[in-house]
Amino acid sequence: MKSNIRAMKFKTRAITPIRIGAAAAVMGLVAVAAAGGSASIAATTKAKRVTITVASLVPGASAAATKQFNNQVLEFDRANPGIQVLPVTYDWTGPTFAAELAAGTLPTMFTVPFTDGRSLGEAGQLANLTKYAKSYSWFKQFNPAVIAEGIDAKGQVIAIPEAAYAQALQYNRQLFSEAGLNPNKPPTTWAQVAADAQAISAKTGEAGFSVMGANDNTAGWILTTLSYAFGGRVETGIGAKATATFDNPGTVDALNFIHTLRWTDNAMGSNFGLSWGTSNAAFAAGQIGMFVSGSDVYTNMVQADNLNPSIYGLAPLPTENANAGILGGGTLAAVKPTATPAQIAAAMKWINFYYMQPLVNKAQAIRNAKSLIADDQPVGVPAMPVFNLKTFNEANKWIKSLINTPQSQFAPFNDGIFKDKLVPEPESATQAIYGDLDSVVEQVLTNANANIPGLLQAANSVGQSSIAEGNQPS
Amino acid sequence: MTPKLEEMGPALTTEAAGGPSGVRLRRTPLTWVQQGGIGRLVFLLPLLLVFGAFSWYPIVRLVLMSFQYTNLVQPPTWVGLANFSAVIHDPLFPIAVRNTAEFAGLALVFGYPIPLIAAVLISEVRSRRGLYSALAYLPVVIPPVVSVLLWKTFYDAAPNGVFNTILGWVGIGPQPWIQSQSAALPSLVLESTWANAGSTVIIYLAALTGVNRELYEAASVDGAGLWKKVWHVTLPQIRTVLLVTMILQIIGTAQVFLEPYLFTLGGPANSTLTVMLLIYDYAFGNSLGGDYGKAAALSLMLVAFLAVFSLIYLRVTRSWSNQ
Repeated sequence: MKSNIRAMKFKTRAITPIRIGAAAAVMGLVAVAAAGGSASIAATTKAKRVTITVASLVPGASAAATKQFNNQVLEFDRANPGIQVLPVTYDWTGPTFAAELAAGTLPTMFTVPFTDGRSLGEAGQLANLTKYAKSYSWFKQFNPAVIAEGIDAKGQVIAIPEAAYAQALQYNRQLFSEAGLNPNKPPTTWAQVAADAQAISAKTGEAGFSVMGANDNTAGWILTTLSYAFGGRVETGIGAKATATFDNPGTVDALNFIHTLRWTDNAMGSNFGLSWGTSNAAFAAGQIGMFVSGSDVYTNMVQADNLNPSIYGLAPLPTENANAGILGGGTLAAVKPTATPAQIAAAMKWINFYYMQPLVNKAQAIRNAKSLIADDQPVGVPAMPVFNLKTFNEANKWIKSLINTPQSQFAPFNDGIFKDKLVPEPESATQAIYGDLDSVVEQVLTNANANIPGLLQAANSVGQSSIAEGNQPS
Repeated sequence: MTPKLEEMGPALTTEAAGGPSGVRLRRTPLTWVQQGGIGRLVFLLPLLLVFGAFSWYPIVRLVLMSFQYTNLVQPPTWVGLANFSAVIHDPLFPIAVRNTAEFAGLALVFGYPIPLIAAVLISEVRSRRGLYSALAYLPVVIPPVVSVLLWKTFYDAAPNGVFNTILGWVGIGPQPWIQSQSAALPSLVLESTWANAGSTVIIYLAALTGVNRELYEAASVDGAGLWKKVWHVTLPQIRTVLLVTMILQIIGTAQVFLEPYLFTLGGPANSTLTVMLLIYDYAFGNSLGGDYGKAAALSLMLVAFLAVFSLIYLRVTRSWSNQ
């Protein structure tokens, strides 16, 4: 859903000396041309300078992260004197995105989760990037399942996948040790997760296991993840023909698992309204033994929550039955539909420079990693491939010597995840489906006598209406 | 039968005829200018522009939108009363109405008398009255978002949470506060009362200074104690203010948004979902574009309800105010 969207935003509004220099140079050209008596040449020269606004860091990102982003902009400006890049802070959340979309105040280039790309594109809310995207050599290397997230029903490229994540088990190594558990051996079955959670809760007094329970689609996102891991699916089919299938054995098992940990084992602590950011903060503060979130949240915890890297551990979610899968999602880079062709071309150049080159070009990958290291930003955080596995492994090799993150602590995840079946998020009315599941999770967390099948049946009919509403002909 | 012109009265005939008459002069653009109309218009213009742009235009737009399907990106389509029907048939609508009524009711029962009691007590103390008034007003000075975030930590459901620690001192076990479906709404009312009581205390203190001291002296002579003086002198003397603050409080609590939005997002399990939060969800809950038509329809329904309620309230209480 929103995992890595938040992890990679940058911010600055610096008018750098270089940019001022570039502006002066353009003005100089204009003056010379005008002196030559050709106003039309002057106008043409001036028009060549294209200004685009790009999504940068989340508001409130650290000074070091901001500086690192500024340096990227500087470098892009040097290589592209005809383009002026103005970074704006950006934090994708459902409500703010909807408001900015309606008000037309999104930056020229912004990011959206995999869940929203195609729907936005088909509603004419994203620029058509087809001819620009296909001119880059990396376009052919995309993992077909991943690039499908950025292609609408007409076959137009409306967004570029720039990062992918898999849901994972985040665990606190320090709490594992304090509870007498081996931090190098995270649980591999759900029964072990429950047993470890009880041990952590009993020995340390902190929440052994936590799930997001906020009414902002995150609770539904995590329930969908757990449902997949227990072998369930919350939706089948695509578009208007999709069917909500909330009431399935996998989802029931997942909710029973939560219910037992909450009410019988009392191993989930005392805060049941956590969301994406507050879960990260509580984990970094040592209040959570284990929780489920994207494989890439380490970066955000370092940037925003002052995480002590030594406590961090990452493992794949247990998948025990044949149908069990790992929910995967990601982030798309997209362009405003009102952008001019010159702006779209410029935005694509920025997407290529900032997001794509570090994944496909050795020199750029190394330069990018060095730039991150210089500002104490993490390099080598677990991610999922947006291109094929060969390109992904190669890119990881280029930066191996520059990695500054505790790889041995990510090892359980990195060693296990590629053996798992990755399952994309529900295709139709995704965020609305998550919203409909929120209250089921909240009920289970706050009502000891919650009737799980009854709740799922009731939510299912609401979910079916959400699918119908989300696919109204426009 | 059509009455003759002359039968319709002297004013009309003289106006229509345009002839000289002592009753009314016919106004022309020239007389308007001569009487300083342009000056008046210039002074009015900023007000008209500001109200027009930021109040009247959005109000008109809202009414139109309530009959449209629009996400403000694609062109709107007219849907008649479909938005109103969709809102009424939304299973969340009765929940939101019930929660809002419960919030308003609890705020009235607990939040309404507290400022009055505080004001009466403050007005009775002989020294440091200013200090007590300032202390009562202090929560109003704290930005509302800061207050809520502060109270969120007070409401920590862990045994070592602030309120739970205090309860522990008197032998009461930890409470779930905003984590519980039954306790969440009253917890919100508690914070809201704390945050908003100060303004009302100041209003009551001002009203109390208007009560004639001789009435209290007369009551004392008649042997009345503090309670009797409050009941028979203070309350009747400030009843107009009491009635106004009550309707203002009801209107305010019917529009409660900040507390449920910041504390619980309407949870757990919709137990703090209010009408305003539902409007917000319609408008901004979907990242693919809000259903602004439904949001406008519910807003209009809330306005209509409050307008009718206020009219009835004013009608019913008119005789009490004028006694």
